[in-house]
Amino acid sequence: MIAGRLLRTRTRRWVALVVAALVVAAVVVAAWPRSGPATIAAQDEKIVVPAGTGLTGTVTLDAGLYLPATTPAPAVIVAHGFGGSRLSVDADAQRLARAGFVVLTYSTRGFGRSTGQVGLDSLDYEVPDARALVDWLAKRSEVTQDGPGDPRVGVTGGSYGGALALMLAGTDPRIDAVAAVATWNNLEQALFPNNTAVVKVGGNPPSPSAPVGTGTPAFIPGGADGVFKQAWAAALISSVLTTPASGPSSVGNSGYDDVPAPTKDGTAGPTAGSTSGASAGCGRLMADICAAYTQVAETGRITPTMATLLAKSSPDQVVSTIKAPTLLVQGEQDTLFGLDQADANARAIAANGTPVAVSWYPGGHNGGAPDTTTENRITDWLHHYLFRTGPAPSQTFRYSVAGPVSDRGQPRLRTLQVPQYPGLAGIAHPPLTPDVTVPLDGRPQVIANPPGGVPAALTSLPGIGSLASSLAALSVVPGQTAEFVSQPMTTPLVVTGSATVTLQIERLPAAGSGSTDATSGPSTGAAGGANKPSSVLYLSLASVPGSAGTASGTAPGTAASASAATGTTSGSVSTFAAAALGGAPAGGAVAPIRLDDLPANGTPALVTVDLPAVAFQVVSGNRLMLRVATTDQGYFGPKTPAAYRVSLAPGGNLTVPEVGGTRVPGGDDAEPVGLAIGLAVLVLVGTAGLITVGRIRPRGRRTAAPPEAPDPSETPRLPAVSPPPVVSQPPERGPATQISPNGAPLAANGTGDEGPIPLVINGLAKQYPGGVAAVQDVSLRVERGQVLGLLGPNGAGKTTTLRMVMGLIMPSAGSISIFGEPAGPGAPILSRIGSFVEGAGFLPHLPGMANLELYWRATGRPAADAHLAEALEIADLGAAVRRKVKTYSHGMRQRLAIAQAMLGLPDLLILDEPTNGLDPPQIHAMREVLRRYAASGRTVLVSSHLLSEVEQTCTHVVVMSRGRTIAAGTVAEMVAASGEMSIGTPTPDAAMDCLRGIDGIGAVEPSGSGVAVDLGGVPLGEALGRLLGAGVVVTSAAPRNRLEDVFLELVGSATPVVGATASRAGSGARKAARNGTGTGTGSGGAAR
Amino acid sequence: MSPLYHDRSADAAMMAMDTLPASTTPPRGAAPGFRPTATLPIRVELSRQLRRRRTQLTLAFMVLLPAILALAFQLGSSSAGPSTSSFIDLARSSAANFVMVTMFFSASFLLIVVISLYFGDTIASEASWSSLKYLLAMPVPRMRLLRQKLIVAAILSAVCIVVLAAVAAGIGLVLYGAHPLTTPTGETFTGSSALWRILLVIGYIAVQLAWVAGLATLMTVSTDVPLGAVGTAVLLSIVSQILDQITALGGFRGFLPTHYSFAWTGALVEPINWADMTRGTFSSVAYAFVLTVAAFLLFRRKDVTS
Repeated sequence: MIAGRLLRTRTRRWVALVVAALVVAAVVVAAWPRSGPATIAAQDEKIVVPAGTGLTGTVTLDAGLYLPATTPAPAVIVAHGFGGSRLSVDADAQRLARAGFVVLTYSTRGFGRSTGQVGLDSLDYEVPDARALVDWLAKRSEVTQDGPGDPRVGVTGGSYGGALALMLAGTDPRIDAVAAVATWNNLEQALFPNNTAVVKVGGNPPSPSAPVGTGTPAFIPGGADGVFKQAWAAALISSVLTTPASGPSSVGNSGYDDVPAPTKDGTAGPTAGSTSGASAGCGRLMADICAAYTQVAETGRITPTMATLLAKSSPDQVVSTIKAPTLLVQGEQDTLFGLDQADANARAIAANGTPVAVSWYPGGHNGGAPDTTTENRITDWLHHYLFRTGPAPSQTFRYSVAGPVSDRGQPRLRTLQVPQYPGLAGIAHPPLTPDVTVPLDGRPQVIANPPGGVPAALTSLPGIGSLASSLAALSVVPGQTAEFVSQPMTTPLVVTGSATVTLQIERLPAAGSGSTDATSGPSTGAAGGANKPSSVLYLSLASVPGSAGTASGTAPGTAASASAATGTTSGSVSTFAAAALGGAPAGGAVAPIRLDDLPANGTPALVTVDLPAVAFQVVSGNRLMLRVATTDQGYFGPKTPAAYRVSLAPGGNLTVPEVGGTRVPGGDDAEPVGLAIGLAVLVLVGTAGLITVGRIRPRGRRTAAPPEAPDPSETPRLPAVSPPPVVSQPPERGPATQISPNGAPLAANGTGDEGPIPLVINGLAKQYPGGVAAVQDVSLRVERGQVLGLLGPNGAGKTTTLRMVMGLIMPSAGSISIFGEPAGPGAPILSRIGSFVEGAGFLPHLPGMANLELYWRATGRPAADAHLAEALEIADLGAAVRRKVKTYSHGMRQRLAIAQAMLGLPDLLILDEPTNGLDPPQIHAMREVLRRYAASGRTVLVSSHLLSEVEQTCTHVVVMSRGRTIAAGTVAEMVAASGEMSIGTPTPDAAMDCLRGIDGIGAVEPSGSGVAVDLGGVPLGEALGRLLGAGVVVTSAAPRNRLEDVFLELVGSATPVVGATASRAGSGARKAARNGTGTGTGSGGAAR
Repeated sequence: MSPLYHDRSADAAMMAMDTLPASTTPPRGAAPGFRPTATLPIRVELSRQLRRRRTQLTLAFMVLLPAILALAFQLGSSSAGPSTSSFIDLARSSAANFVMVTMFFSASFLLIVVISLYFGDTIASEASWSSLKYLLAMPVPRMRLLRQKLIVAAILSAVCIVVLAAVAAGIGLVLYGAHPLTTPTGETFTGSSALWRILLVIGYIAVQLAWVAGLATLMTVSTDVPLGAVGTAVLLSIVSQILDQITALGGFRGFLPTHYSFAWTGALVEPINWADMTRGTFSSVAYAFVLTVAAFLLFRRKDVTS
């Protein structure tokens, strides 16, 4: 029955363990990082296309075809960025191919290994090339076909490739899906922006009488004659000017325009690239574009030729006809193609009823490739519209907002979404959500354009947008910047789109020769409106700390900017940090405005400006700052010195679009359902385990659960006179008799009226893992009412044996039964034992009294059973019982520990070396206490290595040596058994003669004042009778040996016999020990 | 008894023995009133632990730490400059923020030490006092002993975390007022929303540290030296934190138990980002589970020799 319960318990436990292990294993397998994705190799293809309008011959395009695991499948054309090649988009192509698409990449003409010259995504050249690729795909069996000559194909690309994607979709109805990243709508407006919307010269109230820039097909606010974005243009164009026609392509990894670092600009001259038939200095750029660019680069003004060429390269010509669902992804850190370009595309495509979705991601030409979430959105978009499975992808508008820079230098990003694209707002487009009006403060400030336009503010660098924040201090040049600040925000403000502001600007008469500037124009050989006084200003938004900007307006022009830029008011480090955290222009961008009609005579003009479209957060406590600057290194500004007085228009409000929305959990942040389930299972299993662990009934030891030996019901069957464990010495004299405390023999079976035997140990052994056998064979039996001494030298295994009895150490073999029940770790029967083994164990921080009380409370037994008063008498600590145990002496602890062992008056008291550390009176008292304790019907087991101790305290003794019990019996027997007597007599010779005459007597020797005699088997009484009969005067008769002699004899005999050096005295005992061993092992073996 | 020396205490002891109630012939089985499932009640173990100087000092430090932080912020603010997004300004913006910053500062090390201390001490300190053997011989069943001690250690750990947060909240209310909870990204939460999020963060931090508890438990049953158990647990947490900094380890870092230790930031966004918190909770609970089961198995068969 017990076994059955154990089995069930054990089974239950194992089942729980196995379940838990399985759960953990499953999760580990599921969560283990996948090995790197398999590489899908591109098949190289050469696709020959006509050279195009006005050219003869053909152009060979270098293409790569990536095939997915299963074909036919829809195709995706991936176009690369400016300066790249098809290798630039290898990673994207592989990702899409793994997603199941046939992917076609190619180098556009003039790039990579493709021949021809760069036409800047011209509708006459690159776009027909792309249509030819669609034709080519229509002939491929690997590609799903919608109809004859109509493959199922989507197109995607970034920047240069993005524009190509839009223009291909706008000119080829066979395109089924588009995803365009970080690209433009109108190249002229991208490179020559002018964010002025309303100009009203004169002091009259503003009216939109002269809208400039509205009504363009692309709905882009801005002027026709913008400010040349020369840094970007130069960086891009020089990359093709300096590339040999057949030179190796550069390889990027993001599909972005490969822009050479600005530091390399000067080193590569026009001569480096002119190796082909192209005109000198133009590299792989088409000659007419090259020529037009050269003129623009010199004057900084757009020319009609350039305008015509750029129009050919602008998606705004064709996007309104796009029927394919389009995903527009634009970067928030993009000073080349800002959010306004995507906005224009989105509006034009949506006007056609085509599904359009817009995502802004925290990157761009200044900030890097789309994040994983955005990449996944692109893939999902193409997947749905090309495979035509699953629910339609959401058309929600998503944007990311960067919080303040974290301690690690990374902005804390969050992505928000709203169901519908709200547009940028701005002047031309009323926002879908209500605008927020932010009042600005600031006195009129005078700012100057320095002669030659230098030094100029540095707000961003092409391709190095990530450094922009650390350049914030350079973005403000003292004396060139007017600043207007809001009150500190009480709630966070997220500018989402284009904020607008109306300023009053006066161009002041220039000092000295300034009056002539109005007619001389900004530079020689200027085109267009160069002969008019050209006023260019750059507006930007920034978030500044609430404590900054308060100086603005107190001193016109310079005070605030100087303090912000150089930190004159506080430590430069902290100011720099503040600038880096909050001073950089929103989105790194400035909004240039060109005011051609502004007379240089102080006539005020009201100007309404669209600030750069951004997704930009001003945390509460910070102020929103509007900066108006005269210079910016990214643009080609006038070289003529000029001065302006800039003030806020009446009202002085900034109109800020704010979209709000809900936070998007990251794409790879999908809820890990498996883990949640695993977690629930773990918690359940763990809780159940914790509950059961406390309730499972402790069971006996596993190694030895002999059904017969410890079972009291079987004890009577044991031989009455020689219970197996008991070894008597010497054996030839017959087995030791079990003596009751009062001297009467116990009932032979050891049970009877007295109940189960307190302690029976059979063949107990303990072998430690290292092979050390601490206990080899211990068998003993403690009867009720005995004070049994376990005697043995140090290292005999006494303590180990007692520890096994207490369930502290697992026996390797043998069995222990306590009051007839098997013992083992935690066996409830242990509650009837009080123990003190190898030193006291108390909580040192508690007083002795508290220790005893807590000990008893921990047993969970009724307080009345504790008999605390008696225990305290034993401890005899007096007032010290209220002191902390750590202040106790060794003896005090010892007494307290014995008192603790006696709490509850246990039926079996086990004391290990109890008198160690006690002083003689206490030792004496202890002996008496133990005797009386046993007399009350309880049992005491005392271990000691001190013979006198055992001799004086115990009624019985078991001798141990080297891990074995070698002898057992009453103390009297043990002492007497040796038979050696010391007989005091004044006539030793007569006594010797007399004794020698007795049959069976051993050696007789003179000894001091008497005779030493080995009585052998002769009773002492008989010997004494003979002596007295012979007239010998006997003054004393005592056993010659004390226990010590017996003990030494026994212990010595237990030494492994080596050779023939064993003493005579040891031989008998050795036999006994062997006998004992044999018996013990026999029963132990039976137990096993 | 010697006539020359009369030992009164021995007299008393012997008299006590003389008045012992005679042992009735005992029935079989355990001592009367003994039930294994009633041994070492939580209350008893709790009072054993609560009266330790270690426990009292730790709790006192939990009270002290927010005060120290507040003082440091007070001193530091005078020279902090106008940087609005610094931790100090964030911490000082409201009581709720002060609680968050206190937890942020505590979670990565202090609480690990505290929990290692409570759990790493359970068995090892009893072993070092030699009182373990008497508990086991009482007998408190081994599984129950470990369970009761773990429950008490868990209670103490939870109390520490709650006290830390509560004191921080109290100090924050007095010094900074009951303003909305503001996150580093600039979002704000008010009222019950803020309270719920703070509770979520505290709860997550507590659960996330479960693995430390499991590790310390395994250590405490493996050694008799309490400091060794505590130190090993702390050391391994630090190693895990260091490894987590090495981005080159890639996906492996997800298996580090400390990888998600700051996933509670997911509770400070709208809507709450449960994903990483779920991963972190699972990771921690799984580690704790395995380590604790190992500790139980080890302790069940262990030879107690101290």
